[in-house]
This record gives sequence, C-alpha cells and structure tokens, in this order.
Amino acid sequence: MRRPAGWLGALPLLVFYAFVFGIPLAALLAGAFTSRGEPTLANLRQSLEGGNLTAMIGSVQVSAVVALSGAVLGTFLAYAVVTSRSAALRGAVLTASGVLANFGGVPLAFFWVATLGNSGVVSGLLGLPSGSLYSFWGLVFVYLYFSVPLMVLVMAPALDGLRPQWREAAANSGATAWHYWRHVGLPVLTPALLGGVVLLFGAAFAAYATAAAMGAGTVVPLVTLKIANALTSDVLVGQENVALALSLDMIVIAGLVMAVYLPLQRRSTRWLR
Amino acid sequence: MAAVTGLERPLSPGPARPGRSRAWRAVVFALAGLYFLVPLGASLWYTIHTPTTGVSFAPYAELLTAEGFISSLALSLALALATIALVLLLTLPAMLAVRLFAPGLRPLMEVLCTLPLVVPPITFVAGLSTSLRVGADVLAPTPFWATLIAIQDPGFPVVLVLAYVVLVLPFVYRSLDAGLRTMDVRTLVEAGRNLGASWPQVLLRVVVPNLRSALASASFLTLALVFGEYTVSRLLGYQPFAVWIVTVSGSRGQLSVAVSILSLLLVWLLLLAVSTAFGREKK
Repeated sequence: MRRPAGWLGALPLLVFYAFVFGIPLAALLAGAFTSRGEPTLANLRQSLEGGNLTAMIGSVQVSAVVALSGAVLGTFLAYAVVTSRSAALRGAVLTASGVLANFGGVPLAFFWVATLGNSGVVSGLLGLPSGSLYSFWGLVFVYLYFSVPLMVLVMAPALDGLRPQWREAAANSGATAWHYWRHVGLPVLTPALLGGVVLLFGAAFAAYATAAAMGAGTVVPLVTLKIANALTSDVLVGQENVALALSLDMIVIAGLVMAVYLPLQRRSTRWLR
Repeated sequence: MAAVTGLERPLSPGPARPGRSRAWRAVVFALAGLYFLVPLGASLWYTIHTPTTGVSFAPYAELLTAEGFISSLALSLALALATIALVLLLTLPAMLAVRLFAPGLRPLMEVLCTLPLVVPPITFVAGLSTSLRVGADVLAPTPFWATLIAIQDPGFPVVLVLAYVVLVLPFVYRSLDAGLRTMDVRTLVEAGRNLGASWPQVLLRVVVPNLRSALASASFLTLALVFGEYTVSRLLGYQPFAVWIVTVSGSRGQLSVAVSILSLLLVWLLLLAVSTAFGREKK
C-alpha cells in the first residue's frame, strides 16, 4: 500500500506516551539524583538505609513468600482442575480465578478485615489473638487470595499442553511417575512456572491499596507504604526526592524480575502449541 | 493491577487420568473452597449481623443515602468512560498504522505498551505528582499554566484519565493485538479502499465491526480496573469510588464491607460480559 505518511496514525499515541509516561519517568529520575537543585547521590543512599532499607526488604520478603507459596498452591489447584473430568467444575474454577485474580485492592482488604480482623467473624470463632491479620503472615495470607487464582490462570493452559502421549510413551519405556515428572513434565512446565512466579512477585511487590486499606503499615514495613507516606506527609519536608529514589529502586527490582519473565514467556509458548 | 481473565481459553475437558488420584483432588478442592469462600460468607455475615440488633440489611439500604456514595460512584464511572474512549482512540489507529504501514515499528510499540507493567503504579504516581508540581512552577508565566490547572480540576480530574490510560495500555494493547491477529487487516482495508471507501469509513465500517469483541473486552477490563483503582487517585488527592470506600471505613465498617461485596459482584458481571463477548466471536 503506498501511503508514506500512514505511520502518522501512530503519532498521537507516541506523543501522548512521551508526555504522560515519559515526563513523569524523567521527573522521577531527575528528582532521584538531585537535592535542592544540586546533583547528588544522597537520595539513593538514604533510600537504601535505615527504615527505608527495612521497608524494601520487607516488600521483597512478602512478595517472594507470596510468589513461591502462591505458585505451589496455584499449580496444585490448576492440576486438580485440569485433570478433573467435570467440565462444569473446570469452568467454574477458571471463571472464579479470572474474577479473583482481578480482585485486588481495597475491597480485598475489607473482606479479610471482616473475616479475620480484630472484630472479624471468623477470628471470633477461632479465638485468634488480636492483630493476627496485621502481621507478615497475615499479609501473605491476604495476598494469596489474588495470587493463587493468577497462578491457576497461568498454569492451566500449560498443564493442558502436557500431552497424554508423552506420559504413555514414558510409561511404555518403563518410566515411573517420578521419572515422568522429573524428566518430562517439570522441564516442559518450568518456563510457565517461573513466569508465574515472576508475575506473582511483581503483583505483590507493586500492591499498595490492599496493605494501605488494611492499615498493615504499622506492623509490616512495605516500600509502597513508605513512598506514599513520603509523598503525602506534610511533616517530612524534603522527603519527596527520597520517595523518588525509593521509586527508582522499586523500578529497578521490578525491571530485573520482568527481564527474567519475558524471554521465558517466549520459550514456554514454543512447546505449548 | 493484574488483568488476566482466563476466559479467553476454550474449555476443553482435560486429559482423563485414572481415578486413583481422586482423593487428593478432593482435598485440594475442599481446601481451596474453604479459603476462597469463607471470606465471602464471613463478609456477608459481617454486613448483615450485629450482636446488638441481630440480622438486618440496613447497611445496604444506607448506601444510597450515604454521603459521597453517589458522587464518588458517578466520578468513577465518568473517569472509566473517558479512559475507555481515550485509550481506544489512541491505540486503535496506532496499532492499525503500525500493522499496515510501518511493521518495523511493531517491536517498539510492544515494548512501549508493556513498559507500564514493569513500572509499579505507585512509582508512576510519584513521578507524575513531581512533574505536576515542577510543571506548575516552570509553566507559571506561560498560558500552559491554565491548562495544567484545568486538568487537575477536582470536579473532573482529567489528569486521572491520562494516568489511567497509561496504566491500562498493556491490557488494551494485548486485547486488541489478539483481536487483530484473527483477521486479515491488510486485505480488508485494501478491499474497502478499492471499493471507494474513505479512511474513516474503512475504520468505522470494516475494522471496528470485525474487532467488536476485542474492543468490548478491552473496554470492560478498563472499566473494571478504573473502578477499583486506588493508588493513583488517593495519592493525587481525588475521591473516586475506591478512595471513598476507605474514607468511609473509618466510621462505618459495615458499610465499607457491603460496598466491597457489591464491587466484587460488579467485577464478576464485567468479566462475564467479557467472556460472552469472546464466546460470540468463536461462533
């Protein structure tokens, strides 16, 4: 098609992107490396010491625990669904996963506050000590509510891709179930598994609304809560640039984790056709 | 904001396995059911039962009269509709142009549209609020200053629409990309052009009807994401729906849980709508 100026159709999006995404990122970078107009590394240094470092480590720990446990639980659930003979059950679990994986944020926090919070319905029945929900493991427990369904959505197609013939071929060659999983099943699933772990880590790492609505920040230090505090607080004057440095740290961590994910995604789609 | 619906996939029954593993499967389903259903039931009970007054549906009736409920709901809806319109207006022509005229730009588009996934929303809003503050200082002597103030009008914060477009870009891109894969865009457009259709006609009467389900799913995902969005609006100081829920939770716990239940229902309905949109396409 001869229409040399046709690519101009992409121009509005590119201009919009440069303004609305590019400028804030540039402002973030510039702010992270300056203090009162002078270029400096002090913000970055401050973002990696004391309470800020604790918050960063707390965020990474929560996200890592959520990602690993969510991946294991989600894979088991996905396997149970995929091997189940009931199409209705399969449909119900996958639909519910689609809803719950998208159901983070504020409402999720209030569901768990109503259930296991200090005046929650179930915590009263179980006699849980006050504050159980507002702890490291409480937060992990809450985050799993959207992480496990997300893992089910990642793993169900991958598990579907395991052809029964592979298992039969393995069995005919004298392989036990252990051999099959060790040498066929897991290697084929590895990219999807790792991709799922990365996705779960990223989602938990970036999560702010749930923790903020629960008021978990007083007990579990999280970097997202630190950034929000520094941005909104009137008391901590001059903390904005430290918040920007913290943001930069977050982007670097999320970027490193994502950099693992993208090539893996390509590899896993090759086998699962 | 993770938006994988999982509803796009055909529901084929899985490979049949011997029944010996039925026991562990029952255990897995029982535990999952317990974990996922108990909070729903408990939240419902929490909203309708108080030790002093017993069972009453008062929190749900109170909703309509609660201060700020209607206005925050209306603000969220308006923001969602504006976001849908803007994101589709920007991405659809761009994706078509790249497909038809500049295939070399495709990797760039893909990277640009995936990047907002890597940048956590809170860091984006940190950069955004900084650039708004700095921008107000820099632009103060110029006419652009008025624009910058206008987009931050609390009545209808355009700046939130702009931010939301960035946040939903990856999901809209993936959805439209999947839709465009199912059709031969080049042939359709050429046929339309050869028959004398103008570019707007080709876009509106050939491409859009073929993309109906992809557009619908992109719109519904955007609606769901904007509706639940808290981080950006809270930090920029506006009060759409999700922020209102948190504000009201301080004084009226039951009310906020009741609204949470309603918003779960809403997400459920929206995703059902997405899945029916996809289901229609397969016929």
